[in-house]
Amino acid sequence: MHPAPSVIIFTTLSGLGFGLLFFLGFGMPAPKGLVAFIFFAIAYVLAVGGLLSSTFHLGHPERAIKAFSQWKTSWLSREAWLAVAALITMAIYGAGLVFYGVAVAPIGWIGGLLSLATVYATSMIYRQLKTVPRWNTPMTPLLFLLFSLAGGALLSGQVQIALLLLVSVGIAQIAYWIGGDQALEKSGTNLSTATGLGRNGAVRAFEPPHTGTNYLLREFVYVVGRKHAAKLRIISLILTIGTPVLILSLTVTHVTALIAVLSHIAGVFVSRWLFFAQAEHIVGLYYGKR
Amino acid sequence: MKDQPYVETSPHVSDEIRKTTCYMCACRCGINVHMKDGQVAYIEGNRDHPVNQGVLCAKGSAGIMQVNAPSRLRAPLKRVGPRGSGEFEEITWDEALDIAVGWLKPVREENPEKLAFFTGRDQSQSFTSFWAQNYGTPNYAAHGGFCSVNMAAAGIYTMGGAFWEFGQPDWDHTKLFMLFGVAEDHDSNPIKMGIGKIKARGAKVIGVNPIRTGYNAVADEWVGITPGTDGLFILALVHELLRAGKIDLTYLAQFTNGPVLIDADTGLLKRDEAGKALVVDRATGKLSAFDTTGVKPNLNGELRENGKTHRTVFHAMIERYLSDTYAPETVAKQVGISAGRIRAIAAELARVAFDEAFELDQAWTDFRGERHSKMRGRPVSFHAMRGISAHSNGFQTCRALHILQLLLGTVEVPGGFRFKPPYPKPSDIHPKPHCKVTPGAPLDGPHLGFVHGPEDLALKGDGTPARIDKAFTWENPMSAHGLMHMVISNAYAGDPYKIDTLFMYMANMSWNSSMNTKGVIEMLTDTDETGDYVIPRIIYSDAYSSEMVAYADLILPDTTYLERHDCISLLDRPICEADAAADAIRWPVIEPDRDVRGFQSVLCDLGARLGLPGFVNEDGSQKYADYADYIVNHVRKPGIGPLAGFRGNGSDAGRGEVNPEQLDRYIENGGFFVEHVPQEALYYKPWNSAYQDWAVAMGLYDSPQPYLFQLYVEPMRKFQRAAEGFGERQPPDHLRARIKETLDPLPIWYPPFEEGAVDTKQFPLHALTQRPMAMYHSWGTQNAWLRQIHGLNPLYLPTKRMQEHGFEDGDWAKVTSAHGEIIVPVAEMAALNENTVWTWNAIGKRKGAWALDKDAPEATKGFLLNHLIHELQPPKGDGLRWANSDPVTGQAAWFDLRVRIEKAPPPKESEPNFAPLTSPVGQGPKDLRWKVGS
Amino acid sequence: MTELPTKTDRKLGLLIDLDTCVGCHACVISCKGWNTENYGAPLSDQSAYGANPSGTFLNRVHSYEITPDVGAAQLIHFPKSCLHCEDAPCVTVCPTGASYKRVEDGIVLVNESDCIGCGLCAWACPYGARELDAAEGVMKKCTLCVDRIYNENLPEEDRVPACVRTCPAGARHFGDFADPDSAVSKLSAERGGMDLMPEQGTKPVNKYLPPRPKDTMEEIDVLAPLLAPVAEEPKGFMAWLDKTLEKI
Repeated sequence: MHPAPSVIIFTTLSGLGFGLLFFLGFGMPAPKGLVAFIFFAIAYVLAVGGLLSSTFHLGHPERAIKAFSQWKTSWLSREAWLAVAALITMAIYGAGLVFYGVAVAPIGWIGGLLSLATVYATSMIYRQLKTVPRWNTPMTPLLFLLFSLAGGALLSGQVQIALLLLVSVGIAQIAYWIGGDQALEKSGTNLSTATGLGRNGAVRAFEPPHTGTNYLLREFVYVVGRKHAAKLRIISLILTIGTPVLILSLTVTHVTALIAVLSHIAGVFVSRWLFFAQAEHIVGLYYGKR
Repeated sequence: MKDQPYVETSPHVSDEIRKTTCYMCACRCGINVHMKDGQVAYIEGNRDHPVNQGVLCAKGSAGIMQVNAPSRLRAPLKRVGPRGSGEFEEITWDEALDIAVGWLKPVREENPEKLAFFTGRDQSQSFTSFWAQNYGTPNYAAHGGFCSVNMAAAGIYTMGGAFWEFGQPDWDHTKLFMLFGVAEDHDSNPIKMGIGKIKARGAKVIGVNPIRTGYNAVADEWVGITPGTDGLFILALVHELLRAGKIDLTYLAQFTNGPVLIDADTGLLKRDEAGKALVVDRATGKLSAFDTTGVKPNLNGELRENGKTHRTVFHAMIERYLSDTYAPETVAKQVGISAGRIRAIAAELARVAFDEAFELDQAWTDFRGERHSKMRGRPVSFHAMRGISAHSNGFQTCRALHILQLLLGTVEVPGGFRFKPPYPKPSDIHPKPHCKVTPGAPLDGPHLGFVHGPEDLALKGDGTPARIDKAFTWENPMSAHGLMHMVISNAYAGDPYKIDTLFMYMANMSWNSSMNTKGVIEMLTDTDETGDYVIPRIIYSDAYSSEMVAYADLILPDTTYLERHDCISLLDRPICEADAAADAIRWPVIEPDRDVRGFQSVLCDLGARLGLPGFVNEDGSQKYADYADYIVNHVRKPGIGPLAGFRGNGSDAGRGEVNPEQLDRYIENGGFFVEHVPQEALYYKPWNSAYQDWAVAMGLYDSPQPYLFQLYVEPMRKFQRAAEGFGERQPPDHLRARIKETLDPLPIWYPPFEEGAVDTKQFPLHALTQRPMAMYHSWGTQNAWLRQIHGLNPLYLPTKRMQEHGFEDGDWAKVTSAHGEIIVPVAEMAALNENTVWTWNAIGKRKGAWALDKDAPEATKGFLLNHLIHELQPPKGDGLRWANSDPVTGQAAWFDLRVRIEKAPPPKESEPNFAPLTSPVGQGPKDLRWKVGS
Repeated sequence: MTELPTKTDRKLGLLIDLDTCVGCHACVISCKGWNTENYGAPLSDQSAYGANPSGTFLNRVHSYEITPDVGAAQLIHFPKSCLHCEDAPCVTVCPTGASYKRVEDGIVLVNESDCIGCGLCAWACPYGARELDAAEGVMKKCTLCVDRIYNENLPEEDRVPACVRTCPAGARHFGDFADPDSAVSKLSAERGGMDLMPEQGTKPVNKYLPPRPKDTMEEIDVLAPLLAPVAEEPKGFMAWLDKTLEKI
């Protein structure tokens, strides 16, 4: 899949933002006044900034409002509803903290859960796609949720929880990659089923329908060299998990915490880039590509 | 569902449908041009049209992108930079015509042969040749010589009709269709429709082609033959069929010259005093003219005379083809097909032809007066195109294929191969070539035609060639279409003579239409010691900014096909079907938005300005205002003009007075005219009295012309005789042996010349080109839709060669021939003869041409194989120029090419590459969002 | 809207004959022409005369080589457009309801004025049947020429998709697969019409007729023995000829 920057930014940042909102919603921490404002501001910048970024890849962003209409069937629509619900709920909860110094816990819990649900809905947009076997696994939501929670824990300063979640992310991430590398093959979809021609012998794509490129190839066929990918995976693990864990295990200052957070975010970007770039859409089979 | 959006399912389609004829290739389908607000909105096939019956290929449907192409020339151009730079200034038509007259008038008055007028992919040859004839130059032809004259000439000399678009299998009855080679740009929709019919019935297709694409991809049996060996394969089939007696003896005896006696002394046919070929009557044992009423010609007849025994043509065939030379075991290795498979194919041909023979309940009368109660059908049909034709043994190979179908008795019978009017037409009622030049006067007759012996050659009094292309000379005596591919090279060499003006139409000679492209570019731009161009003047007409434009001094911009009048005439290359005579027109369904004129209308004007007899009235005024005027009012013979339909008062077909309303009648009728062949005349046409009478009434013949198919082509024997030293006109000594060998009156096979001229170990591979179905020569590239399908062309290598050289798709190869080398991208193809490489034809483009970006993939990755092919064979050390052509017809031997390949480091661009041309039309827009209606 | 209808009255679709398609691309361009001028936004082209031409097409013809264990490799031309699936994943993922499957005939359409161009439907389609138009920013797909097949401004015989009307080899058939007696249903049943990627569970309406077995002409076939010679040399042949001519 084409690793579109807008979508990578969106999923990374909004995941972090909603992760932070989750922890805020459950009162971890439950700051008040200006501190609360700063926490909420960071969470909203990340979550809303991510959502805004996602509109950049739309052909008609001015019609984005229509995306709320199909919540019965569409995870994207559900994501939109959940995001709005989470943001409004958490805004009420946050307003209580910032302006009145009051934490209405049930609202926070609801807002926190909605935040997590938003991340889940985002992940389901990918998980539901049978056409991308690497994504079409419960590991996808798990990974998205763990990333979101780990990032949220990190941002909200929940050191112990963050350590635990970061290690979980690492394990899930490695498992996801190992599983993902076999996903296309295990999906049962190949050029033979794609064309129905397999019964007569080995099938190979000959001339493509056009000698130039097209939307499908641009959007769905993105080839990352194997060596390249392995390197990026290691870099991603070090940045996402290695650095923050190391820092959190030592002394946490504002500076080191900032380093841990930035390293983590950078690592998630790399992971997310790989999430897209390595995902093979089965339409590539028709073009003799993966 | 309750809230489904509203969809307008009956939107307005168009304001008007204008029906004309396609020109996106040579197929000439009928099209419906849907108009909105006076603009072309959509093009589809015309259901009523005899050629395409509603269907339309990719090219045809993309016509809207052609008539709006940014590459369209906009005004007459005068060269201002050096030739080849592409630097021009726009001038007015008056200036352009003044310049042309200024050049052409003195030439005509002094020596008309100094004008060479060649018209490429012209669809108005009966008109352009008429113009050239009136001008008086002997130097006229279209592109048949580099296209497929072997196919046309072999067919007409053998059967009075050819494959290509001049005949077709009986698609509704055939059960086994065998196709040799392909040419996607001729009869392409009819062949696809026919194959579709066959497939729908579950009948079988055998494809003989080194490359399994297109029709060969859907073939039930693919015979991946070694290029250039088709003739040998066919003669092996002949061998097998003869050996098994699986031949149609009745057909051979009645309808071919199989029973005609050959004079044992001369090899000429025995004839009576009236010149009629003689047979022995099996009933009486007497010698009789072939067409005597009631005669039963004996295939094994003999005549003993003065101690000599004269035997039949058929006897000579048996002696030749039963020989082990043609046994499947002997030929298997060379043709690349196992002996067992050759046998199996022969057996299948025989099985279908004889075991599945059938009869149509239709009585008919043959030319000997015999009434037949039924029409017997043999459901095997053959078709062949450029693949077997563009070899130096192509004429004989085409002949061999005809012999095969005649032995099976499948020509002009139900289920077999059928001619389209005006064919059948025996070779001896076609014109002969004319070349007598008189300053200031027309030529003595039509340029092109069919020779019947040395006396018909186009030679001057001193025996030198009369024509610049050396057509109808000892080098290629039966060159019925001329040799356009030799014109520039000969004019440059001054061999046989120098010319003054080269005038060309629709022929991209400085690029994909020439062998030896780089050499041709040099010839077009080279100067002599005085600094003048060796070819002094070049006038060129084209609708588009092709590569050739840059090499002309004066450009006469043509219109696109939707902006012009044309006639698809029975005098030319008509669009008939086997069941019907048909012709068609083009008419301006839109008006040009540029200062361009239809080339034929320009010739009407130019002809008048030059005072050409056919183009001025008695008072010297212009006779035809434009081409439309000519189409309606020209009278070729009394009652016969360019169009056969709606003559006289509008109801005459074929013959009739000029009808001033004729074009309107055509337009009302959908742009075409059809006259169906009567039921009784549908098959056995060359011998069927009902057909002969109908053809006379239609003006196709002046009188009934029944004839025999020529298993043995006597005119070829006459050339052999000359080479043996008989007769007045004698070939030069260096050609005697070749004429004796290659002009054999019975089909032979010899290896393609290039195999003899190069070391085949050095050049182990055959290299071919094919035309993609979605492109017509170089035209498709300027079409924004079509160029996305074929924007570059890899060289396809068989799997074995990919592995042998360690290639992967996208690697680059240096391809070397005896003549040159190219460096090009490669790709693998498994369904390919293992000694053959190939690519799509004419995708590679010169930078600056066709209004494309200089970095267009056509120019950076696309390539031409032409750079590897020379119009001459490699020097043999005898100091002579030997053309890379068939020795019978002069057909360019494109497909003889041998190459070797090796891996090359990836270059920046495919090589050779040439400096960009300056585009006379600028470059096309970046994006397209085409919609004419609101 | 993006709920799929539980059942459609008809199942209109295409039956594509892979044994007959010669790969001429006629259907590709006819489709491009009709749909540029008709339904919704035109199908645009970028770098139309430039270095990297790329346009929107609703139908493309691929080609595949098949190398059997024994015998020559084969080449199959393979046209591909929207298969108008019964369980169309492209429809259910659409967040705006722009994509829908018509209840009356099963045609899957995009209502362009509702399309936000998110591309998710193209992601969900296994077949590459949807292309986002780069100029208009909306998703384009085969409409089965919904503006032709019911169009009262067209003669009745022309009320078929443009690709079907133009196909020179007759390799494309249009009809109602819900009707077991329709020509397409019968032909599909007779020739083993197949689904593409059945394991995806999309239940495509369009079917493909598989290529018939090729290159089956055995070198030695017991049922059709090779030709038996009547003579091996000319003299013997002429004797056979005389005998045979006697009988005619």
